[in-house]
Amino acid sequence: MAASSKLRVLTLYRALLREGRKFPSYNYREYAVRRVRDAFREHAGETDPDEIHKLLQKAEDSLEVLRRQVTLYMTGSFHVKSSKNLPSSLRFL
Amino acid sequence: MLRKTLQAAASRLGSAPRQVPLRLSTVARPAQDHADKQKEELRPLYMDVQATTPMDPRVLDAMLPYLVGSYGNPHSRTHAYGWESEAAVEKARQKVADLIAADPREIIFTSGATESNNIAVKGVARFYKQRKKHVITTQTEHKCVLDSCRALEAEGFAVTYLPVKSNGLLDLKVLEQAFRPETSLVSIMAVNNEIGVVQPIAEIGGLCRERKVFFHTDAAQAVGKLPLDVNAMNIDLMSISGHKLYGPKGVGAIFVQRRPRVRVEALQSGGGQERGLRSGTVPTHLVVGLGAACAISQQEMEYDHKRISSLAKCFIDKIMENVSDVHLNGDLERRYPGCVNLSFAFVEGESLLMALKDVALSSGSACTSASLEPSYVLRALGINEDLAHSSIRFGLGRFTTEREVYYTAEKCIQHVKRLREMSPLWEMVQEGIDLKSIQWSQH
Repeated sequence: MAASSKLRVLTLYRALLREGRKFPSYNYREYAVRRVRDAFREHAGETDPDEIHKLLQKAEDSLEVLRRQVTLYMTGSFHVKSSKNLPSSLRFL
Repeated sequence: MLRKTLQAAASRLGSAPRQVPLRLSTVARPAQDHADKQKEELRPLYMDVQATTPMDPRVLDAMLPYLVGSYGNPHSRTHAYGWESEAAVEKARQKVADLIAADPREIIFTSGATESNNIAVKGVARFYKQRKKHVITTQTEHKCVLDSCRALEAEGFAVTYLPVKSNGLLDLKVLEQAFRPETSLVSIMAVNNEIGVVQPIAEIGGLCRERKVFFHTDAAQAVGKLPLDVNAMNIDLMSISGHKLYGPKGVGAIFVQRRPRVRVEALQSGGGQERGLRSGTVPTHLVVGLGAACAISQQEMEYDHKRISSLAKCFIDKIMENVSDVHLNGDLERRYPGCVNLSFAFVEGESLLMALKDVALSSGSACTSASLEPSYVLRALGINEDLAHSSIRFGLGRFTTEREVYYTAEKCIQHVKRLREMSPLWEMVQEGIDLKSIQWSQH
């Protein structure tokens, strides 16, 4: 893998993880981090430049989606305001 | 010429919302404020993915442009708004078709699997009623199939409700014997919504094709979770639901085979959308969501399946190791791992559900969760009433975490033990008294 490509992979990996960790929702946050890690690990041994290019493009698209969704979730507008009747729970989260 | 320019403009319009970066001032909200907000929003753990799944953020991302700027009616042929929506709908149709190896022209969008099942069962039976007036289904189908069959019976059709074996699977010999010369349709679900067993769909499809009987499968719980191929499995009609595969509620699809052609009588009259089978404006944003959910499921199927299998195994093992007299309902091998239906003997299911109120669970299908009756699916398996009353369905999905599974198992073990200690029946069993031998006095 060319050095520039290696740098791009690392940058994308870090950016995706950083963005995923911002998800306010526990389940989405955990999924995003786990999915990013597993995807990069799965393709760690990839040598075909065409395939690498394709995967990087996919990662970049995912980063865009992640950024948009995290931004929207962080506005707090995705929560129903009156949830007082719901039993409280999840002390461990 | 003008039309060409407009179409070019439309395609630009279509991609516009994706290119404009969102800049909301609230992004810079202080972290503390954000943490407080989260604390307020503590909710029960979600372990009921057979009832509905949370929407995947990637699905919402695909839908948003069509909820806001791109609001055209996909059936409008005279302007760019319409073309743009139509293009999105057709792209989604392709994605749904790809997931089940169908042709996009065989996909009809509906409001959900209930509507799809109604169209399939009533639509096929009514279309061929002149020559054929018999329908075959099983006793463990979803309520909407069973109720559609009841409606057909009221119209003079004969319906055979096949029993299933004690593992929840259909015996193919029983099916073979049920065929009649006037059988028009066989409707059997792919994955059961309560116990997760996977019916031998390909074999059933083969039997039906040999006899030139149409085969409908309600695959709401199977699509996107198990590989399905409508041609290889000889499926003529298939129901798909959006909100069971991390898509939006209120949308589904029905696959209606073109060759050999399946004719269906439409239930709804109107503008003749969706090849006349389902009139009514197609909801672009929902359909786009369904398409995105299908594409993501196709891409993630193997990954999700591997993970959900290992989570389910951990969960079952942990419970089985720590409490005795627990039964896993349904076949042990031919099952979708994300649906774990357990019966805890000598514990009343509703009491356990109450004790586990910080975990969102159900004793069976959401449609019947208001009633205290034991599930008809479990009774069809020949499970006795006591055990059927003590069953709980645990649903594991794409967004379920190890900690959630661990927490649920721990709580479950703790409360089953507690409830049993309070139960006089449990005490008698421990003393070696056979409960069946007891003569209960009549009052």
